[in-house]
Amino acid sequence: MTLAVRPHPHPGPGAPRGADGEEGSVDTSPSPSGTRGAGTRIVPRSPSPQRRRRRRRDALLFGALIAPNLIAIIVFSYYPAIYNIGLSFMEWDFVAPSPEFVGLENYQDLFTDPSFLQILMNTLIFTGVSVIGSLVGGLVLGSLLATKVPLTGFAQTMAFAPHMLPGAAVGLLWLFIFDPNYGLSRWAFSLFGADSPSWTTTSDWSLWAITLAYTWQRLGFVTVICYTAILDLPKDLYEAAALDGAHGWKLFRHMTLPLLSPITFFLSITGVISAAQAFDIISIMTSGGPGVSSSTLSWMVYEEAFKNFDIGTASAGATVLLVILLVITWVQVRYGDKKVNYS
Amino acid sequence: MSTLNIDAESIDGMTDGRGRTSRRSRGPRRPLWLTALLIAGVVATIAVFLVPIYWLFSSSLKPSGDIYSWPLQWIPTQLTLDNFVSAWNSAPFDRFFLNSIVTTAVGTLLELTLAILCAYAFVFVDFRFKKIAFGLIIASMMLPGHVTLIVNYITIANLGWLNSYQGIILPGIASAFAMFLLYQYMRTIDKDILQAAEIDGAGHIRRMLTIVVPLSTPMILTATLIVMVGKWNEYVWPLIVTSTADMRTLPIGLLFLRSQEGYSNWGAIMAGAVFVSLPMLILFFLAQKRIIGGLAAGALK
Repeated sequence: MTLAVRPHPHPGPGAPRGADGEEGSVDTSPSPSGTRGAGTRIVPRSPSPQRRRRRRRDALLFGALIAPNLIAIIVFSYYPAIYNIGLSFMEWDFVAPSPEFVGLENYQDLFTDPSFLQILMNTLIFTGVSVIGSLVGGLVLGSLLATKVPLTGFAQTMAFAPHMLPGAAVGLLWLFIFDPNYGLSRWAFSLFGADSPSWTTTSDWSLWAITLAYTWQRLGFVTVICYTAILDLPKDLYEAAALDGAHGWKLFRHMTLPLLSPITFFLSITGVISAAQAFDIISIMTSGGPGVSSSTLSWMVYEEAFKNFDIGTASAGATVLLVILLVITWVQVRYGDKKVNYS
Repeated sequence: MSTLNIDAESIDGMTDGRGRTSRRSRGPRRPLWLTALLIAGVVATIAVFLVPIYWLFSSSLKPSGDIYSWPLQWIPTQLTLDNFVSAWNSAPFDRFFLNSIVTTAVGTLLELTLAILCAYAFVFVDFRFKKIAFGLIIASMMLPGHVTLIVNYITIANLGWLNSYQGIILPGIASAFAMFLLYQYMRTIDKDILQAAEIDGAGHIRRMLTIVVPLSTPMILTATLIVMVGKWNEYVWPLIVTSTADMRTLPIGLLFLRSQEGYSNWGAIMAGAVFVSLPMLILFFLAQKRIIGGLAAGALK
């Protein structure tokens, strides 16, 4: 499932507006196509005599309305994330009456363990390849579909379908495809007169097997989002550019790509977050193996906590994951802010 | 790359999402060879996604002789439901189905309720610390699930809810994405209607139930579909929080199937993957505009 990460409730000036992107015009009825053009409306503040009493009542009501959601988020997201950091300084097995404080030992153990360094590397490769691969592929395929030749509607449907499948089913499907004896992989390699590698059972290939399966599932989603975003671009800009004689690659490079940068920015951040917690495909296809050859941080957290019952190590791994994600997001926001186009 | 040529002419009528309307009305036509090339590209795109999915469905209907053959049997020599029978019997899938339906339905209902209440408050109720609360909820989407996994497990275990529906459902009811979608949508509702209702003496709750919720129905439906697909496909949390066969959900059933049938019965494994995926695929084909539109709205806003 995708995540929205823009913390601003108002669509920024960089967000692409619809072709008819009128600022602050009043829609008299909610249009089914979305929420365009309503970004600048403000709750009217009526200066009535009982204003103070009303404000207090509103505050109470506001609290009551958001409380269920806010409490659920605090109890099941923020509190666990913070408590998890605490657990990473402990040693515990779920069974002992209370965790034992061990300081930085878990981290020392992790960073001196060569297999953890490989897991870090695997996570980096898996995330990097799937995010960049699906983004580049999605931009190309999205632009292709936006040319509106026949069959693009069907292509959009087919591209999006994998995103609806459970990761477990995608994992099983690709496990079969990668079967060196009876899978599509044997057929594909035989076209080049080669034998299919044993994708999921050899350590040279297992990481690529899960990366490929995951990227395939993500690619269609990114394609459809890019396609929708391209159709949403302001057409008067394109008319002006066409009058200036810009087209083809030049138009794409200097118009489409900069205009799409808020979307590519969004897709890269959410891509990193969801790749970093990819789990079902890994669990079904390789269980991190052979050895740790296809193990990522998300798999390692699960394995250490719920198979080896080493809570300290698992929490330390999860904390490392959190820190990496925060750093990557911070870099993306910093770097992305400059690149996001404010037309 | 010339395939990326988007000229002013083809931009016409794009606002309706698919945009088949007024293209080709004026301006230079695209040369024929380019159109052919583009169509070839689109066909290749379709193949990338369609071939694996075709393989999934066709294999589930193939007799085992067709599956274990070389060269590959692209078109089944005969169609059989044997694979579905053996997949269904390899694990208590009837129970998994029930569990998946219950947890998905109840979880979706709860999450949507929280989302509607929350979105209404953010749009229509005045409050000073609104922005902080909003930021707190939206920022929670940045927290990866694996960071919260262990502590949530401890919480649920302490409540004695391991192997229970509430244990599977509750940690997932907090709503950020659906809340955001509804928030964006409710902001387009004309405040004058609400003010008129207020003058007539309707309180917030009445205004929410009789005006805002009915007017937001399209987006509520979209959000419901998106949330539902996510819950149906949920894997890691049910895997951890349940340990008895009678409480497992369908995606976990696929893990059973894989460890039982391994490489020796692909037909049954594909059949299992099909019947777990089918409900959401059908939903998608029925409501794809809604689902894609909602996810795109979340991304593009």
